[in-house]
Amino acid sequence: MLYREAGQFKSTYAEDQQIFPILQDRVAMAALLVVAFVVVPLIGNQYWLSAILTPFLVLALATLGLNILTGYAGQLSLGTAAFMAVGAFMAYNAMLRIPHMPILGAFIIGGLCAAAVGVVFGLPSLRIKGLYLAVATLACQFFVLWAINRIGWFSNHSSSGVISAQRIEILGFPVEHSQGKYLLTLSIVAVMALAAKNLMRSETGRAFMAIRDMDVAASVIGIPMMKTKLLAFAISSFYCGVAGALYAFCYLGTVEPEAFTLDLSFRVLFMVIIGGVGSILGSFLGAAFITLFPIFLNIATKSLETALGIEISHALVSNAEAIIFGGLIIFFLIVEPNGLARLWQITKEKLRLWPFPH
Amino acid sequence: MNFFIEVLAGGLLAGVMYSLVALGFVIIFKASGVFNFAQGSLVFFAALTFVSLLERGWNLWLALAVTLIAMVLLGILIERTVLRPLVNQPPITLLMATIGLTFVLEGLSQILWGSQPHGLELGIPDVPIEWLSEKWNINISQFDLFAAFVAGVLVAVLAVLFQKTRIGRALRAVADDHQAALAVGIPLQHIWAIVWAVAGFVALVAGVMWGVRNGVQYALTFTALKALPVLILGGFESIAGAIVGGLIIGASEKLAEVYLGPYVGGGIESWFAYVVALLFLLVRPEGLFGEKIIDRV
Repeated sequence: MLYREAGQFKSTYAEDQQIFPILQDRVAMAALLVVAFVVVPLIGNQYWLSAILTPFLVLALATLGLNILTGYAGQLSLGTAAFMAVGAFMAYNAMLRIPHMPILGAFIIGGLCAAAVGVVFGLPSLRIKGLYLAVATLACQFFVLWAINRIGWFSNHSSSGVISAQRIEILGFPVEHSQGKYLLTLSIVAVMALAAKNLMRSETGRAFMAIRDMDVAASVIGIPMMKTKLLAFAISSFYCGVAGALYAFCYLGTVEPEAFTLDLSFRVLFMVIIGGVGSILGSFLGAAFITLFPIFLNIATKSLETALGIEISHALVSNAEAIIFGGLIIFFLIVEPNGLARLWQITKEKLRLWPFPH
Repeated sequence: MNFFIEVLAGGLLAGVMYSLVALGFVIIFKASGVFNFAQGSLVFFAALTFVSLLERGWNLWLALAVTLIAMVLLGILIERTVLRPLVNQPPITLLMATIGLTFVLEGLSQILWGSQPHGLELGIPDVPIEWLSEKWNINISQFDLFAAFVAGVLVAVLAVLFQKTRIGRALRAVADDHQAALAVGIPLQHIWAIVWAVAGFVALVAGVMWGVRNGVQYALTFTALKALPVLILGGFESIAGAIVGGLIIGASEKLAEVYLGPYVGGGIESWFAYVVALLFLLVRPEGLFGEKIIDRV
């Protein structure tokens, strides 16, 4: 079957505005969802589900959050990990302090608290932008981690700072195995990704993009600057907060400040850059790339070791990984500033014409 | 009162150390408009190279010269491979490119020289000056004073370079307007290579100073993050601003830690500088000495 829209006529506005206007795209997406929801949990082993796919989905959600702020609304943030930490700790506290709290409610509370923190630290964005704003969000990163470390209430006065997350229960059924956690993460991520996709096609999303492209022009055509910028911070932080809660509850199993360092903020930023700035699909591609890349590198060094009969030290591998990461960032910025999502788009355009050259 | 003066002086002298790092940022930003996030890893790279050469039994001055040459070459290489292809990109893209560069440099320096921390000795003891502590009971480290002296010399050298020499005039021209500088025949790419080389030199000085103070280790890269509030306070384009900003940040941070810290559980040094900078931004977004940009939204 050829991949093109010729012959697929739209007779209603709803059809015209659907997310995937081409039939083949809809089929592919449905197939992807079926694979992700049914096939993967059935055939995936525990290592793949709990060590690769779950963190990939969680980080994709965080990347999505940052992409809404940086990619769509054009406000650079280096405080992603702090928002995630707020989400994780507030979800933990909601579970701890509110009796009979459903886990999803705790996640939402975590997200909302992160959104509130995001709005507070987004306030400087009304006066400053670019580099200065990056420093302001950096302040958020350090301040939040300090507060969580120092104020005993957040960690329930735990002496070690590492607390194990509560058991996850949904409607009385415990979610314990890697399959269950994977499915829970996947469902939340899928719903939120759909919401983000639709939000970015709505008036709000277009207001974000107008501000990103030129803020003066945006305010001239009547987009309320303050409301829109703060909304961008709130939505982005909400996504990051939920991602942080999932990171703690479904992936790590512990809630600890050390999981949410500046390093994580940078990693999420890299996912945005490599995946594609201002693209929902790109968030997933970038997260997949950065999650899978170290594993690929590991396998490569293993096979290199056996092939050459030498031993490569662990330190060398991790340093090489840093170099290759950094190199890739620079490479992508120079060669393809729009990231993997743009490559995918080019492929699709080529596919539409295939087998003809023009 | 003595205690207050001691804390203040300690803070000011610590601020000088921040200024040393901030200077590297300012030089590059002035001439190319690039916010070089990798300055911290340049500092780390310089210090690690220097200390590793020393530990291999090299003469102090020889090691210094070789490290300097390495830094200059590195600066030129960075200009070639990273910045030249990114000319005319928005500042955010350039910032992200230098974040990538940070990772490359950190990995590279640890592959070359290993990742264990090193101690560094220059022969200047990090002990309180005797007559000050005897007479007024104020403890001020000898080494801190030396660092302040070095910073002063560095600023003087940079000021002469920027104000009095042919290269300095070209640098200022490029900083003012790339296109106009090109039009009057200033070779932009040479100038940028020079700028990065100078930044490498400043990184070396900062790296050696910080290395003596805290040892040469990976944590050195975080000093770069401390330089950010300094820059915001002083303005991104001003060498004087980097010094004054450093002093303010250093002093306020130490005073806050000593006088406010006990009330909130201590450790506020990690974020206090940022909050000072943030509050400052709300009042004066261009910094103390920065160029005024009229940019209302």
